[in-house]
Amino acid sequence: MSHNHDHDNELDPFAARVRALETILTRKGLIDPAAIDVIVDTYETRIGPRNGAKVVAKAWSDPAYADWLRRDATAAIESLSYTGRQGEHMQAVFNTEDTHNLVVCTLCSCYPWSVLGLPPVWYKAPPYRSRAVIDPRGVLEEFGLTLPADKKIRVWDSTAELRYLVVPMRPDGTEGWSEERLADLVSRDAMIGTALARQPA
Amino acid sequence: MNGPQDLGGQMGFGPVAPEIDEPYFHAAWERRALGVTLCAGAMGAWNIDESRHARESLHPADYYASSYYEIWIKALEVLLKRHGFVSERDFKAGTAVDPAAAPKRVLKAENVPAVLADGGPCDRPVAQPARFKAGDPVRTKNFNPTGHTRLPRYARGKHGTIEAVRDGFVFPDSNAHGEGENPQWVYTVVFEGSEIWGEGADPTLSVSIDAWESYLEPA
Repeated sequence: MSHNHDHDNELDPFAARVRALETILTRKGLIDPAAIDVIVDTYETRIGPRNGAKVVAKAWSDPAYADWLRRDATAAIESLSYTGRQGEHMQAVFNTEDTHNLVVCTLCSCYPWSVLGLPPVWYKAPPYRSRAVIDPRGVLEEFGLTLPADKKIRVWDSTAELRYLVVPMRPDGTEGWSEERLADLVSRDAMIGTALARQPA
Repeated sequence: MNGPQDLGGQMGFGPVAPEIDEPYFHAAWERRALGVTLCAGAMGAWNIDESRHARESLHPADYYASSYYEIWIKALEVLLKRHGFVSERDFKAGTAVDPAAAPKRVLKAENVPAVLADGGPCDRPVAQPARFKAGDPVRTKNFNPTGHTRLPRYARGKHGTIEAVRDGFVFPDSNAHGEGENPQWVYTVVFEGSEIWGEGADPTLSVSIDAWESYLEPA
């Protein structure tokens, strides 16, 4: 686990290992270190869960968009200019009164980067990947989410190249809200399925 | 392969422990690890299926003791060696000693936005019509291939229902081994929790996987 890597200095053997690898590849002309900077900047500042929150807010506000998102999420999301790596084939799944959706990748770390950015560590780690499919209620409890006993739970294991975005239910008391205000209620975890949309303050 | 990556239903890993306000990176080297991995992949010498297989081929003890970026880097070192870009002598010296194979391309900084925006679509035309349709009952195959597969162990030999016919997609089981894309139809197949987990299963649970056509037979 990464817990002993909370700093990066010459004493950290793995930091040195990555630095050596970057040096070798750069000296051989195989990679451009400036390209790494652009990649990191893209995922630290440009592509993150705010993208997905805007998709959800639009779906809450515009029934025609919600219908499009249900039928062809890739195109509906692309219309908001959220495209690219690990979002090439999107599927939106809508929470209802009856059913709560939860997304996992038991085999690796498949995640919809184009709308949620880079996955959190827990999403890629064995506890979540092992238990989401067999004990989703127990997992959700660890996120502080207790579902009613009769609520159906649907777990989507991302075993192929489809990437899943959960559309949480719109909270009551948000009638007439702008999409921008609604988007503030949509957390990353709500779009994975480990949380609900935030209640308006 | 029945490797350490196939985690669905395994036990003993403890609580999930979500981190409040988790940063994207927990150390500076993780930023470089992400970038190096993507840049090396952009050389075009291997595909995503081969890289996934390299990760799951780490020794299980190593896989479970490693963070995900550590897994990425350890697998990347294997791929770079396999494809002739970095030698054992390079790694020992910590710098470039031996000449490298020629990459198909080198990702330059100015091309990164376009490359990330394009992504790498894996859908492909399939000549023959889809064998199954939504609503069809199916049974997943029971097999234990030693190579790469995307049919998890917990979902082998199980009865489920086709929920959706997706597109034709590159077949990872062959593509990971340089044996071609051989695209097949992919289906979302849903299983009752009790079909998978048996006694004591959560009665409100259903689980779906996305399965290539050759993983399935009519039921």
